[in-house]
Amino acid sequence: MKTAALTQPILIVTALVTLALFALFSGLDPVLLAVSIIIAAQPLLLAALGEMVVEKSGVLNLGVEGMMIIGAICGFAAAVETGSPALGFLAGATGGAALALIFGLLTQYLLSNQVATGLALTLFGLGLAALIGQSYAGIKPPPFPKLDLPGLSDIPVIGPLFFSHDAMVYIALALVIGVWLFLGRSRPGLILRAVGENHDAAHSLGYNVILIRLAAIAFGGALAGLGGAYLSLVRVPQWNEGMTAGAGWIALAIVVFGAWRPWRVMLGAYLFGGVTILQLNLQAANLTPLWLLAFGFFLFAIWRTLTSRRPLELLGLWLATVLTAAIAAKYPISIQSQYLSMTPYLVTIIVLVVMSADRLAANLNAPASLGRVFHKTG
Amino acid sequence: MRFLTTLLGAAALALGTTAFADGHEPTKVGFIYVGPVGDFGWSYEHDQGRLAIEEAFGDKVETTYLESVPEGPDAERAIRQLAASGHDLIFTTSFGYMNPTLKVAEQFPDVKFEHATGFKRADNVSTYSGRFYEGRTVLGHIAGHMTETNTIGYIASFPIPEVVRGINSAYLAAKEVNPDVEFKIVWVSTWFDPAKEADAANALIEQGADVIMQHTDSPAAMTIAEEKGIYAFGQASDMKQFGPNARLSSIIDNWGPYYIARTQAVMDGTWESMDTWDGIAPGMTEIGEFSDKIPAEVRASAQAIADAIAAGEMHSFTGPVNKQDGSVWLAEGETADDGTLLGMNFYVEGIEGELPN
Repeated sequence: MKTAALTQPILIVTALVTLALFALFSGLDPVLLAVSIIIAAQPLLLAALGEMVVEKSGVLNLGVEGMMIIGAICGFAAAVETGSPALGFLAGATGGAALALIFGLLTQYLLSNQVATGLALTLFGLGLAALIGQSYAGIKPPPFPKLDLPGLSDIPVIGPLFFSHDAMVYIALALVIGVWLFLGRSRPGLILRAVGENHDAAHSLGYNVILIRLAAIAFGGALAGLGGAYLSLVRVPQWNEGMTAGAGWIALAIVVFGAWRPWRVMLGAYLFGGVTILQLNLQAANLTPLWLLAFGFFLFAIWRTLTSRRPLELLGLWLATVLTAAIAAKYPISIQSQYLSMTPYLVTIIVLVVMSADRLAANLNAPASLGRVFHKTG
Repeated sequence: MRFLTTLLGAAALALGTTAFADGHEPTKVGFIYVGPVGDFGWSYEHDQGRLAIEEAFGDKVETTYLESVPEGPDAERAIRQLAASGHDLIFTTSFGYMNPTLKVAEQFPDVKFEHATGFKRADNVSTYSGRFYEGRTVLGHIAGHMTETNTIGYIASFPIPEVVRGINSAYLAAKEVNPDVEFKIVWVSTWFDPAKEADAANALIEQGADVIMQHTDSPAAMTIAEEKGIYAFGQASDMKQFGPNARLSSIIDNWGPYYIARTQAVMDGTWESMDTWDGIAPGMTEIGEFSDKIPAEVRASAQAIADAIAAGEMHSFTGPVNKQDGSVWLAEGETADDGTLLGMNFYVEGIEGELPN
C-alpha cells in the first residue's frame, strides 16, 4: 500500500527528469521547453478547472469554447482600453461569467436542454466575440509583466522555472489548490457535490439547488473567460476571430479524462500542452516523434514495475521501451504530420486512462445528476 | 398596425414583381472560407475580393459567405446549401474543398463553381490560384540575406504541393545568397490556429531561427516575431500592423480583379471552365512593401528578382536543381514545367528532414 501511494509522485518525477535529460541530449533547452509548456497549458487548465466545478454541481455546460472566446475578446478589449492587463483579466472573467449566466438562466429557470443550450452558447459566443472584436484587430495589448523577484528570479534554472512566470500561472495554481480544498475539505463544497449527485435529495434537505448551480456556472464561466484572456493577452498576444480554435472542446475532454479531480485535470492540461509543445520542438529539431512513444512505454514500464509482480509483463514492457528507443535512434526520421498532430490527443487520453485504471471503482467519479434537468417540486 | 403590415406586404410584392419583370434579378455569388473573415490572412483577402465584387457591381450582385467551414465532408453540406439557395457562382477557397466542390457541382450543372488552389475541373468547375512561389522566391532572397544565425524557421500547414512549392522556392532563393542557410520546418496540420502557430514560432525561435516564414493563415507568428525581436514575413495579407518592426515584406493575395472578371463572365453568359494560375505579373501575387530594416542593396536586388519574374526572364525553379535524395530534377538552365510544380511532392537538395506525405 505504501508503494502505491508513492507511485504517482515517482512517476511524475521520473517523467520530468527523463524529459530534461532527453532535451539536453538532443540540443533543446529544457528550461525554455518547460516555460513554453507552462504557457501552453494555462488556458486549458483554467477552462477545464472551471468546467469541472460546473459538472460537479450536476450541470453539463458544453459552451466552454464560447465562454473562452468571449473572455479572450473582453480581456483583450479591456486591457487595450485601460492599458492594464490585470483589468483585462478581470474583464475576461466577467465576460465569461456573464455569458455563462445566460446559459444558467436558460437551463435552470427555463429548464432548457443543457446539451443543446451549451452548443448554442458556443455558437453565440463565437459570433458575439467576432462582433465585439471588429475594431481590435492588429492592436498590440499591453505586456503582462512577469514575476521578477530580485535574487530568486535570477537563479539559473530554478529562477526561470519557478519564479519568473506571469501572475496568472500562480493564480491558476492557487485556484487548483483552492478548488481541491473547497470540493474535498469544506462544507459548501460538500453541498455542491451533493447537488451534483442527487439534486432532489439536496433540495429536500433545504438546499437551494438552482442558486448553487448558478454560482457554479458563473464560476466556470469566469475561469473559462480567464483562460480565453490568457490566450489573447499572453500566449498569442493578439485578437483574432475564432482564435480559441477548439481549445474549449479539449478542456471539456480533459475534465472527463481527469475523472473530475482537480490534480488530474491539472495533469491533463499539462500533458496536452506538453505534448503539443514537444511535438513542435521535435519537428523543428528534426527528431522523430517515436521518441514520444518510447517515452510513453518507459513510464508505463516504471509504473508496472512499481505495482505489478508479473515478470513476463514487465519484461515485455521494458523490451518495448528499449526497442522503440533503438528504432528512434537508428531512424531519426519524421512521421506524417497528421500523426504528429494526433500525438497530444493520444498521449493525454492514454496516460489519463492508464492512471485511472487501477482504481476502477473510485473512477466512477462522474456526478450522478450530470446533465439532468432539475424540476423544483414542493 | 394591420394596415402597416398590409402596406409593407404590398410594397414587398411590388418590388419583387418589378425585379422579375425587368429581368434584373441580381447575380448571386457565394463564398466558402476555411477560416474566419477576420483571420487577417488567407480568408480575409478572399473576403476583400468579395467586397471588390460588391463595389464593382453594386446592386446587380448579391454576395454571401460561409466562414470557418472545415475541409472535408462538412464542406459538402455548406457548398450544397449555397448552390440550393439560388447562387449563380460559388467560390470555394481552400484546397480541401476540392472533392466536395466537384460532388456538388455534378448535382447542380447550372451553377458555376470556382475552386481555389485545386487541380480537378469539370464543365462547371474552374480552378484558380496564385503563383505564390514566385513571391516566396523574393522573400527567400531577403530571408537569406537577413538571417544572422543562418537558420530560417518555416511554419507549414499541410504537405500539399502548394506548400511544398513554397518551401522549395524560398529555400533555393535563400541558399543562392547564403550557402550556409538552414531551414527548420514545423508542420502544424492546421490552416488556422493562432495558439498553435504561436507555439510553433516560439519553438523555432528557441532553436535558433531569427527569420520566420509561414504558410498558415493567422498573424500569430508575426506577433511572436515582433515580441522576440526577430524578423518575419506577412503571409496572404500584409500583416504590417501585427509586426511593425518584425515584418520585412509580405506576399499579398490579390483576388479582386479575378473575382470581378469571373462575375462579369457569369452575367454576360460567357463563363467557361478554365484554369488560372497567375503570378506576380498579372498582380494576383503581390509583394508587400520592403521594410527599411532591409539594407538598400538587398531591397534593390529583391526588386530586381520580382521584376525579372514578372517579365518572364526568370523562373523560381531554374536548374541545376537536385531533389533531396541527390537525383537530378532540373538540368543546367532547365526550368520546371507547371505539371511538376502542381504535383510537387519532394524537397529539393539541402533541405533536412523528411517530407510528410
